[in-house]
Amino acid sequence: MYLNELSKNECAKIISISCADKLKARLNSFGITRNSEVLVIEQTLSKNTIEIKVNNTKIALRKSEARYIEVEKLSCKN
Amino acid sequence: MQKLIKIALVGQPNVGKSMLINSISNSKLKVGNFSGVTVEKTVVEFEYENYLLQITDLPGSYSLSDYTLEEKVTKNYLQDSDYDIILNVVDSTNLERNLYLTTELLELDKKMVIALNMSDEAKKENISIDEEQLSKILGKPCIKTSAKNKQGVDELIKNLIKKFETKKLESKLIFSDVIEEEISNICTLLEEKNFSSDTPYRDLAVKLLKEDKQTFLKFHNEPIWIELQPLVNNSFEHLYIHFHTKNMQDIFDDEKFAFAKGAVKETVTLNEKIEDKSLSDKIDNILINKFVGLPIFLFLMWVLFQLTFELGNIPMDIIDSFFASLIDSTKNALGDNQISSVIADGAIAGVGSVILFLPNIVILFFGIALLETTGYMSRVAFLLDGFFHKFGLHGKSFIPLVTGFGCSVPAYMAARTLKNEKDRLLTLFIIGFMSCGARLPIYVLFTGAFFSKENAGNILFLIYISGALLGLLAAKVLTITAFKNEDEPFVMEMPKYRMPSFKLIWHTVSNQALMYLKKAGTFILAASILIWFASNYPKHLEYEEMVNTKIEQASNINEIEKLENELALYNLENSYLGMVGKFSQPLFEPLGFDWRMTVALETGLAAKEIVVSTLGILYGLGEENTEESDTLINKVKANIPFVSAISFIVFVMIYLPCLAASMVFAKEAGGWKYLVYLFIFTTVTAWVLSFIAYNVAKVIVS
Repeated sequence: MYLNELSKNECAKIISISCADKLKARLNSFGITRNSEVLVIEQTLSKNTIEIKVNNTKIALRKSEARYIEVEKLSCKN
Repeated sequence: MQKLIKIALVGQPNVGKSMLINSISNSKLKVGNFSGVTVEKTVVEFEYENYLLQITDLPGSYSLSDYTLEEKVTKNYLQDSDYDIILNVVDSTNLERNLYLTTELLELDKKMVIALNMSDEAKKENISIDEEQLSKILGKPCIKTSAKNKQGVDELIKNLIKKFETKKLESKLIFSDVIEEEISNICTLLEEKNFSSDTPYRDLAVKLLKEDKQTFLKFHNEPIWIELQPLVNNSFEHLYIHFHTKNMQDIFDDEKFAFAKGAVKETVTLNEKIEDKSLSDKIDNILINKFVGLPIFLFLMWVLFQLTFELGNIPMDIIDSFFASLIDSTKNALGDNQISSVIADGAIAGVGSVILFLPNIVILFFGIALLETTGYMSRVAFLLDGFFHKFGLHGKSFIPLVTGFGCSVPAYMAARTLKNEKDRLLTLFIIGFMSCGARLPIYVLFTGAFFSKENAGNILFLIYISGALLGLLAAKVLTITAFKNEDEPFVMEMPKYRMPSFKLIWHTVSNQALMYLKKAGTFILAASILIWFASNYPKHLEYEEMVNTKIEQASNINEIEKLENELALYNLENSYLGMVGKFSQPLFEPLGFDWRMTVALETGLAAKEIVVSTLGILYGLGEENTEESDTLINKVKANIPFVSAISFIVFVMIYLPCLAASMVFAKEAGGWKYLVYLFIFTTVTAWVLSFIAYNVAKVIVS
């Protein structure tokens, strides 16, 4: 499944990121890398924009970018 | 003899770089600005013992890529400029991500000192870092600092000086065993063949593994290539198997993250968190909530604009009357001649029009700086992005666009909050569609003249709303046509909420205000003088004398006024500006404008307020008329057909706001060519829509 398919307060582990190198480098520099864990904090009403938490960083991204990120659902740690 | 140490200050956004620079240099701040489009590098100089430390504060970058303007500026500076030491500021509460940038900086192979900033916050969050161990791993001194509490600042300066005085150690970025093995294999071959090269063997090996084109090209023409090729090939095969991917870029990226992760694992101990939700999370729960987030934001915006334009109007009125009296007294002092006219009506009036916007700019920028430094601005973008993205805009476009309803000058400057070039340009292009305050007098005059009192308000509202809708539509059109190739993604950090430092905000605001005065000021001043010249020359002395003698002979005030106005009308009609107006009138014929309306429109390029006073002169009333004066309303009603008035309003809604705004636009967009584009874009749109409005209105009326 992909990052945009998660609902609020769900956690997941990133399996792969498949998009253009430039965007990938950008995602990486925020800590969105293979094997890191994400938590979906909030979605807007239209679900076009989501806020996630990776490590200790909160990041906002659009649905159109989130669908490049393949994830595997995990149960949240706390 | 004082020694100069040039320091490049680098760090990711929101790590407190500017705050650190502020507490290092304290009050001895001497700030200058590089010329740049929107992203400025700030240089701060201060003395310490026998040294002069010159710190260049580079824009915040997540990595050394070309993704954003900031990153480009930072990357280019670090690669091409002359500096002695890199000062890398990292956020102690988010070490792992910050170390990605640090590993990239290590590759630059320069002297470096690392400031583990925000150590106070880390303490609060129960994160402890072993800085000695981290120094060993990175091979660079790491110093705990807290810009907020001014801790560790002295030690940081001492370390910078120590680093400056010692010889540079060869910095080594160590990779994982798998890669190190391949590197040493390649190095061994190069050593055995005694390959001659200026670059160290290790660097060559790394470059080969990174698939660096230049290096391959260089080796390709060497005899050693025969032996090197199978070896490198072999290395690749090994790495592919080990990393489960054939993308070398990915492999080295993974290495970078593994290095950062490893360094964090060895040096950071995260104690049990006392509370599971930080204050930031709690605030976020409310501010970006699906339902109450937007209303709260709209309320805050309402407050900001009330302050900007209500509070800002008080000093504006004072400035306005100050310059009006200054112009009068200058004229009185210098007498009625050409020099006094160019000084008073040209220069002083020009300077006045620049300074007039200053209160607005300062208040608005204070508000925006407050929103940005607290971290709220990113939440705004998050909330609004869904809507604005439909039109190809960005969530943050909202603020400059709404500011545009007040005045385009601060609005263009507010677009700086957009970090992406395409988003910023697009926003800049459509700000003009939001009718600014200065167009209001024209609307009031025309709606007053052509619509009943009950309807005038509604029409006014309709004008503003349709302007805004047109703007969004124009954004959409521009996205599909002019900006179609660059669909930039939206990935943005939501920084922690922080209490703002007012000293820092003031520093930003005063800096921006100063730059506005300096850069926009000079151009606006020059252009004001030009327009003054165009509307006052050539002189018609004979006619003037003739009228003046008539005035002297005139018996009552009414007659004098009439004559004076006749003179003003004659002068304007025969000035260069009038000639241009008459000359270009055929262009506006299809829109139903006579030459008077054409000239009024053209003077409106200088400032929209002038349109009403020009119409006053041209319709024979003198320039003392305001939009509310009944006589002007009646004159306009009598002289301008209803259909022409409609098309005039449409034209005013869309074409260039004013001279000051145009200058600021050119500066913010990054070149005069954009102003040419904007001029063509707005004028053509205005013409076409006026033409449509004129003809539709004609059909309806008849």
